Amino acid sequence: MAATADDARKKIFDRIRAALGVASLDRVRKAAVERRLARHPRGTIPARAKASREEPIALFTDMLRKQGADVLRVASGKEAVAAIASYLGTCNLPPRLRMGKDPLLAALPWREAWDIERNFGAAEANDRATLSRAVTAAAETGTLFLVSGPDNPTTLNFLPEAHSVLVAASDIVGSYEEAFDRLRAIYGEGRLPRTLNLISGPSRTADIEQTIVRGAHGPRRLHVLILG
Amino acid sequence: MLNVKRGFIDKRRAAKAKLPEFDRLRAEARELKDHTLSHLDLYLEAFERKVIESGGQVHYAPDAAEARAIVLQLCQEAGAKLVTKGKSMVSEEIGLNAHLKAAGIEVVETDLGEYIVQLRGEMPSHIIAPVIHLNKETIEADFRRAHQRLPHGRRLDQAQYLVAEARQMLREKFLAADIGITGANLLIAETGSAVIVTNEGNGDLTAALPRTHIVVASIEKLVPTLEDAATILRLLARSATGQEITTYTTFVTGPRRERDPDGPDAYHVVLLDNGRSEMLGNEFADMLRCIRCGACLNHCPVYGGIGGHAYGSVYPGPMGAVLTPQLQGIDRARDLPNASSFCGRCESVCPMDIPLPNMMRAWRERDFARGNPPLSERLALKLWAYAAKRPRLYRLLAAIAVRNLARRGGARGSLRTLPFVTAWTGTRDLPAPQGRTFQSLYARAQSRKR
Repeated sequence: MAATADDARKKIFDRIRAALGVASLDRVRKAAVERRLARHPRGTIPARAKASREEPIALFTDMLRKQGADVLRVASGKEAVAAIASYLGTCNLPPRLRMGKDPLLAALPWREAWDIERNFGAAEANDRATLSRAVTAAAETGTLFLVSGPDNPTTLNFLPEAHSVLVAASDIVGSYEEAFDRLRAIYGEGRLPRTLNLISGPSRTADIEQTIVRGAHGPRRLHVLILG
Repeated sequence: MLNVKRGFIDKRRAAKAKLPEFDRLRAEARELKDHTLSHLDLYLEAFERKVIESGGQVHYAPDAAEARAIVLQLCQEAGAKLVTKGKSMVSEEIGLNAHLKAAGIEVVETDLGEYIVQLRGEMPSHIIAPVIHLNKETIEADFRRAHQRLPHGRRLDQAQYLVAEARQMLREKFLAADIGITGANLLIAETGSAVIVTNEGNGDLTAALPRTHIVVASIEKLVPTLEDAATILRLLARSATGQEITTYTTFVTGPRRERDPDGPDAYHVVLLDNGRSEMLGNEFADMLRCIRCGACLNHCPVYGGIGGHAYGSVYPGPMGAVLTPQLQGIDRARDLPNASSFCGRCESVCPMDIPLPNMMRAWRERDFARGNPPLSERLALKLWAYAAKRPRLYRLLAAIAVRNLARRGGARGSLRTLPFVTAWTGTRDLPAPQGRTFQSLYARAQSRKR
């Protein structure tokens, strides 16, 4: 074992530089790396993501449905609350939801569904249904982007049986790259929250004889509401 | 096995067809990875800065033993009794589970396939489908043996019941674990993030619930930016399972933030070298682009014929035939690069455009330079070559050999042992030649036509 952690670090960097035949203070190489990190150039973006830039909702819905999610477009907060209440019923779940403090979710007209009990904070072992808001979404593969924090705790995404996610229609973009730029606008260049979850359907596994089974460890059902 | 292989192959083809830009992305992915590798020292420094900035710690492990020691020390410092694990080939490579277990720590694999493999005390037989070699009846028997406290009469005859039982058993472990250990499919220098790709969500419960999250990843997993990650993610799932994207693609960056209601308090990244830096400067550098999708395994006729366990390494198939000699030494792994027909399917389906057959050839050359194959084998081939270049002599010798073998085969028509190749006949019989040589039959057929 290397004598100290610093020795181990130095050993690896020395080996890398020896193998590449470079010196640690090569300005040209440094400049190339700094430029790439600062400019983060885009690669090829699939035509389908570009084509959906004007109207990404159709592709987003189609992709998510193919991947096993239940997707519904709602015109108002009132409709959203009604849809959540009826979804809990459809899934045979008690009218109880765990959610964070997201302002968009807090502003929904919950009095319309007075019988839904709402609990706030991180998910607990017995929570069967949760509600989150996706900060953005990419139509190209029907992918929701969820970020950790008090507004939408990460455990809500994985512990329950049914996970409902609300996304504003105006937050749906075509490609991953556009979604990343939205995150940069929120968190700053080169920064991400503790956890960013890209979610594209309910939990699944095909480990046993390649039979696809839903609800491996995460939610069996993913319920996506597009608002607006 | 055949159906399974077809499943992967057909699904990949369909997914590729739905993305006309696939080949362009493949070229870009190759380029971005080559750029990263040729600046690996600098991108590692950038990644390290970002991890520290976000409140995490970075540890460097020049080899497998040091990686094991670092992880064990982190577990002991945290007073951990139970560790949950996401699927990680690097942790298999360094033999992490056995090391933690020997120190009295319970380690639970949470990917369904890896969980089953762990119950059986086996190695995964495929890098993305660990129990591709098992049927559900075998798994049912394993579950009945391992989960004795569950009711005896319960149904386990379908995949859905087996999955539900594993979910129930593992949920308790997720909630009780002190430490979660995951691998990483990618590391991003721009943000200091580790990317974890799963369909089950097990990696996420492993990363989100325990007080400490440890990521164990090898240094070549690095990419510069989020955009670069996007390019590779567009290739990964399509090449692996034929999905457009996996259900969960997770970016973790440091421990929980000040106001976060969940997530780990401590976050560590253990960066493993274990031969990678050496590969950067030798003829196997292209192998460092590998994203472990498994497409080369799925399309390999040798892998399809012999299965993953026959490789005797955590990395089977063509990618394993190139990587394993680097990890274990060519002396111990010389059969792997030699057991290939060089059909080239692996290279043609590789999303990172890795010239796998060429690199297997390079291992053969190295092997040869070390005096392999042994003198007797070389002499035999030289004798054969001498005869093969002299058609009359060859026909004469072949005719004698065929007669001889046919006589020795006798009424059984097969030979129990053969001189010089007793190892080959140790577990099988050789069918004895019947009748005349191919050349004499061919000559007769030709003369009849005329």
